[in-house]
Amino acid sequence: MPPDIKGIAEQVFVALADPSRRAILAALASGGPATATDLAGRLPITRQAIAKHLTLLAEAGLVTAEPGERRRVRYRLRSAPMRVAQQFQAALARDWDGPLDALKDHLDQHVRGSA
Amino acid sequence: MPFPDRIERTVEIAHPPAKVWAALTTAEGLSAWFGKEVRIDLRPGGSAWMKWDSGHTADMRVERVEEPTVFGFTWHIFGLPEDDPRRTYVEFTLQSAGAGTRLTVVESGFAQLPEDAYRTAYDGNTQGWASELGELTDYLDAA
Repeated sequence: MPPDIKGIAEQVFVALADPSRRAILAALASGGPATATDLAGRLPITRQAIAKHLTLLAEAGLVTAEPGERRRVRYRLRSAPMRVAQQFQAALARDWDGPLDALKDHLDQHVRGSA
Repeated sequence: MPFPDRIERTVEIAHPPAKVWAALTTAEGLSAWFGKEVRIDLRPGGSAWMKWDSGHTADMRVERVEEPTVFGFTWHIFGLPEDDPRRTYVEFTLQSAGAGTRLTVVESGFAQLPEDAYRTAYDGNTQGWASELGELTDYLDAA
């Protein structure tokens, strides 16, 4: 595993650990690219705080800055790092303990039926 | 933060390998403890399919069949979108242990990243809906 993958996943989870950044990323995911001013109108967070978070998120590669209307910077969510983080969650979400218990039970014929 | 590539479990089962093998590799055996409905073509390259009560399904590809010691298959990574090409490899190893069996299951490949995802994770190339919507706009503008 290239070490950068771990770094990317870490940045995603660090970003998601903060409620304001989580709200900003959620707003970009559901509503598409937006400026800091757009986001300030939609979220209970000051424009100044949003701008600070967006700068951090852009540095981490989780959003990209692009030219918007009236020379305002617009931010767009980058899905690629999120997909990397999904793999980490997939390993946590896989359950083998339950099925293996079910296998033992089946062979012991204590319990038959659905897993 | 650890990023697990593999999951490994070993359990001791009080039944001989032949019996455990049947539970792992036949539709009848698998449906008794794993999937609700199961189809399996037990040969390397053969396909297998399972369905659960939840409606969730799994398409598997049989990779290793060495009766009664090794059974391996690949399947889609649980939790990723249906169209995601990434798959993990699951391998069951059966060892005789007294009158019973020591069964090990290893699922590996969680930390893999295909070439294109690796590239898009770095180069700032934004694809997906945004670019597809852009293409739609271009198409409609040209019409």
